[in-house]
Amino acid sequence: MRRNIDRIRAVVIEHIIEETPTVKTFIFKDNISSKSKPGQFLMVWIPRVEELPMSVMVSEKKGYAAITIRKLGFGSTALFNKRKGEILGVRGPYGNQFKIGNNTKKALLVGGGTGLVPLLRLTTKLNELKIDTTVVIGARSKEEVFFEKQANDFLDKTQHKVIISTEDGSYGVKGYATDVMSLIVNKEKFDTVYTSGPELMIKKVFDIGLTNSLSVQASLERYMKCGVGICASCCIGDQLVCRDGTVFDETQISGMIEFGLMYRDKSGRKCRFSNVKLG
Amino acid sequence: MKRTHQPYTGSLSTDLAGLQLRNPTMLASGFLGISQDVFNKIYRSGAGAVVSKSISIEPFEGYRNPTLVSLEECSYINAVGLANPGAEAFSREIAFNKNVPIIVSLVGSSEDEFPPMIKKFDGLNILAYEINLSCPHVAKMGMEVGDDPEMVSTIVKKIKSNTHKPIIIKVGIGGIDVVKIAQVARDAGADAITAINTIRAMAINTETLMPVLSNRIGGLSGKSIKPVSIRCVYEISKNLGIPVIGCGGIFTWEDAVEFMLAGASAVQLGSVIGYKGVSAFSNITRGIKRYLERKGLKNAMEIVGLAQKY
Repeated sequence: MRRNIDRIRAVVIEHIIEETPTVKTFIFKDNISSKSKPGQFLMVWIPRVEELPMSVMVSEKKGYAAITIRKLGFGSTALFNKRKGEILGVRGPYGNQFKIGNNTKKALLVGGGTGLVPLLRLTTKLNELKIDTTVVIGARSKEEVFFEKQANDFLDKTQHKVIISTEDGSYGVKGYATDVMSLIVNKEKFDTVYTSGPELMIKKVFDIGLTNSLSVQASLERYMKCGVGICASCCIGDQLVCRDGTVFDETQISGMIEFGLMYRDKSGRKCRFSNVKLG
Repeated sequence: MKRTHQPYTGSLSTDLAGLQLRNPTMLASGFLGISQDVFNKIYRSGAGAVVSKSISIEPFEGYRNPTLVSLEECSYINAVGLANPGAEAFSREIAFNKNVPIIVSLVGSSEDEFPPMIKKFDGLNILAYEINLSCPHVAKMGMEVGDDPEMVSTIVKKIKSNTHKPIIIKVGIGGIDVVKIAQVARDAGADAITAINTIRAMAINTETLMPVLSNRIGGLSGKSIKPVSIRCVYEISKNLGIPVIGCGGIFTWEDAVEFMLAGASAVQLGSVIGYKGVSAFSNITRGIKRYLERKGLKNAMEIVGLAQKY
């Protein structure tokens, strides 16, 4: 039987990077987390405050891992305010991973916000495999753009492009990441589209993929309590995001009636996505 | 809308308090039990029945995370805090149940909360009710009720007078002997007993010096509680002669058989799902079937309580 990964491991925040005024990356030493696959997540314990599912960010130092947090709710704000030297708990990594098929020669990555984290972990794999990669990063405005440099750095050994879109046009292309996607899939042929970010963005990516007969893999996000497949807080239909996901392909997503429409709240009630982005 | 009754004939067919199941395994309450789609999947995976999360009259968000701590030895401590969508939303969730034998678990802080909930569920395609009188970590609910024999008796009688469906009472380790509470429930009209719920427990993180669960105290489940559960099933079945459903640390077919020998007519699986996924149902039923063949027995019900003879 597996799973000492379920036991909480205390880690010390050794380094903090301020990505934007509302986004920070915390780097900590943890061998198990450092081996996470792209798409996997950790349950991160903020002692006496919360425990949150978080994608595992790349750390270039061996034996280290990182998490990238956006200040948003009660728990994420408490985490954001943590300082160097403070202790967090982590368990996991949990979940499946993005798959890179043998026939994937050209990959398109579309992400927004902290949804970029699993995509950046994926870029390191695509780089190793020397797969031609285009990354589209969407943000509201120039000051909210992050990970542009990392995306370029992590893809240094392969042919690549990093395109930024901002909703207000203050940097890069004006519009949504999905507007950029619509344009470039008309001009270039991609074998696989990888996406992660707000669910309504992922839905758009999925729809564009469908129209253009593209294979799509998406890392989805849901409220979670357990992380190990026993509470069903994260279920979409009969799929558990924590255990069957976080990555689902276009066939699985096509079968998800609730995708892009509904999620379950803390009580387990189904709620509709409003036009507010997840994050 | 009523499920057409199909008689089960295989060696695993299970009779329990007037219920007939295709095999003696059930999904334990509290695990995965909020979604009809997930119920369908668990039934397809081989469960004999599923028990929902404990449903209360109003929705509960439960406690803030962490609500679960994993221990060594395949055990968890949880303090989810009875999070559930409430009777109204949950009755809509399972309103179109086609063929899953669903047992609805109910929780309440007074006898008056049960009849309105039963009114929402009684017309639906469900098998029975399990009444949670033993959740160890929510004030005024669960064990606080289960530790009060008079309250237990009042609640069971009230529910019995509001439904014709079988009533299963889930008991646990509280301040009053579990056999005594089971007896009170039986005498008030309960059709079966589920033993046991999680046991009050706690975990402290040594690096931060802090309790891990947001509620500090939670309920222990999994392998660590199995010997206690076996004892409870044995004592309740032997002394009271009421049908018992065993629950607590069942990970293998041998665990399931041990519970049945102690007196359980059926067993509930919970923590094992976190370690082995929903395939646990088919693995365990296959193991029981082989055991019966090896022992030359025709039906699983023949082994129920056999250990009580010795």
